Amino acid sequence: MELLISIFVATIIAGTPLIFAALGELVVEKSGVINLGIEGMMLVGAAFGVWAHFSGIPMIFALGIAVIAGVLTSLIFGVLALTFMTNQYAAGLALAIFGAGVSAFVGRGFGSTPVQAIQPIHIPGLSDIPVLGEMVFQFDPLVYFSFVMLGLVSWFLYKTKAGLALRAIGESPDAGHAIGLQVIRTRYVAVMFGGAMAGLGGAYLSLVYTPLWVENMTAGRGWIALALVVFAAWRPRRVILGAWLFGGMTILQLQGQAIGLKVPTELLSALPYLATIFVLVLISQNRQAMILDFPVSLAKPFRPKG
Amino acid sequence: MPYKIELRAEPSRRMAIAAPLVATGATLIVSTVFFLILGLDPFLTLYTFFIHPLTSMNGVSEWLLKASPLILIACGLAIGFRANVWNIGAEGQLIIGAIAASGIGLFFPWQDSVLLLPMMVIGGMLGGALWAAIAAFLKDRMNTNEILVTLMLTYVASLLLSYLVHGPWRDPNGFNFPQTALLPYAATFELFDYSYRLNTSIFFTAVVVVLAWVFMERSFLGYKMSVGGISPAASKYAGFSASASIWVGLLISGATAGLAGMTELAGPLGQLSSQISPGYGFAAIIVAFIGRLNAFGIVLGGLLLSLLYLGGETVQLKLGLPSSIALIFQGMLLFFLLASNFFINFHIRKIEVKVH
Repeated sequence: MELLISIFVATIIAGTPLIFAALGELVVEKSGVINLGIEGMMLVGAAFGVWAHFSGIPMIFALGIAVIAGVLTSLIFGVLALTFMTNQYAAGLALAIFGAGVSAFVGRGFGSTPVQAIQPIHIPGLSDIPVLGEMVFQFDPLVYFSFVMLGLVSWFLYKTKAGLALRAIGESPDAGHAIGLQVIRTRYVAVMFGGAMAGLGGAYLSLVYTPLWVENMTAGRGWIALALVVFAAWRPRRVILGAWLFGGMTILQLQGQAIGLKVPTELLSALPYLATIFVLVLISQNRQAMILDFPVSLAKPFRPKG
Repeated sequence: MPYKIELRAEPSRRMAIAAPLVATGATLIVSTVFFLILGLDPFLTLYTFFIHPLTSMNGVSEWLLKASPLILIACGLAIGFRANVWNIGAEGQLIIGAIAASGIGLFFPWQDSVLLLPMMVIGGMLGGALWAAIAAFLKDRMNTNEILVTLMLTYVASLLLSYLVHGPWRDPNGFNFPQTALLPYAATFELFDYSYRLNTSIFFTAVVVVLAWVFMERSFLGYKMSVGGISPAASKYAGFSASASIWVGLLISGATAGLAGMTELAGPLGQLSSQISPGYGFAAIIVAFIGRLNAFGIVLGGLLLSLLYLGGETVQLKLGLPSSIALIFQGMLLFFLLASNFFINFHIRKIEVKVH
């Protein structure tokens, strides 16, 4: 029982950075833009978060700096993809490489120095309830914040006028432009939101989850977040399921190593990546579900006519 | 607004040639500012980065040696990119190619056979192509995004490599280093000169460049694939098969990446270790774009990126700068290149402001 509870808790924590990054990318893609550079933005967020932390900046502001770093990085992509109308795949890949370089540069010197991680909350009474308290009321604040963001993103996309406009732009930027929507401006905001969330996801890794700076510490999570958006078929609530699934894979792999399974550790480490492929294949079979919420203008550059 | 962006009547040839130069210039300017901020002498640093590596014969040898795998991989990738087939897992295919080749080199019973090297070449190409074939199958039959599959398989490939060199293939006399035994002499490429690492594998690169050019610019299949990339609807109407594009694009790029892994293994490295590639598979994506998806452009792009790798090592050695600077330069170069490509199709015109 104790083991099950700890696996449950660890799964949710491992899924949190993925929820942040994937929710951000989901909004970007809903506006008709695909940013492949999540891995780079997460790394930049992780490195700047650690840099801020070791510069003596309080944790909440360190997170803020990671978010700002993510936004600024995403703006490079934004300018290229939206203003210069470049191939979005190429711009995103360049961002992934650039982000890895910048983060390694910023993070050098902080390598392997432990961070004073953000601590789990303790609500007197609630956190002390047996089992339930451990499973629900003892997470760090960012875990709860990821749920709040999930609610906010769902509400924004489906219950507000601006969200409707963003989705309309993702479906048909020309029609959106014709009825007076600000296509480019909306897409810029979406890209920046994606950068902010990726930066936060990265900082969660370096300031809470690991918690220290290691070069390339995201280990493909930015790409898995990209896969999660496909897995979720562009519907926010399914992001969380995917994130827990992959969080669970990560934890199973660690548990497997801990109890000394007679399997090479490399095979266990490959599980999350193999699972990503497996799940992508499964979800891609249902072609109807795949096109239902798919933003039709995805990755197509837009230039206002007239 | 006194300026207006206008679509050119037709793409500007002059800008197409100028764009890579503008991008390189802009990268140099930004890096000068960057070095000034870091308190370094920008001229000394840029000299150490871009000129110093080429002032010795050994430097030139290393320059060509590093350009070779980049050009190889980028030629294959360009064929896929033209058809909108996004293989971004060349790094993984390179690793599998190297693993396959080293398996043959280490375990083929006749260790001094003249057939050893040719078999490794074929094995490396098949290994890379097979790894890419997984993505092609899943894309063609299962409708699964190839970007994500090729990338996930790259992580799997590097874990497989790590397993082999830490486990079953580790050299028993290697003091526990994660590497295999040295390959036999017959399994390595001939050097041009024993003082330098440049070897005869660059002839493969030269042949691949020419073949890639012929395929892309002069073959009907290459033409069909390009049409499919530019306009899938027109291509479907003409009866060109989308699944052929997927298979050809992925298998060729997988094979060239596998060959690059093999030439690294049988060239400068001489044995399989966990450090088989400093990210050549990813840098080759940049090379393909700098070369404008053209085989001869890719040669220039490969030489430029190779210089970035070499410069990164030189400033690390001479000035103590972190090697991550090379990655920053790579990304920046591609940013500026993509931005300056804009001016091939568009121009900015000043608009007369009428005063009443």
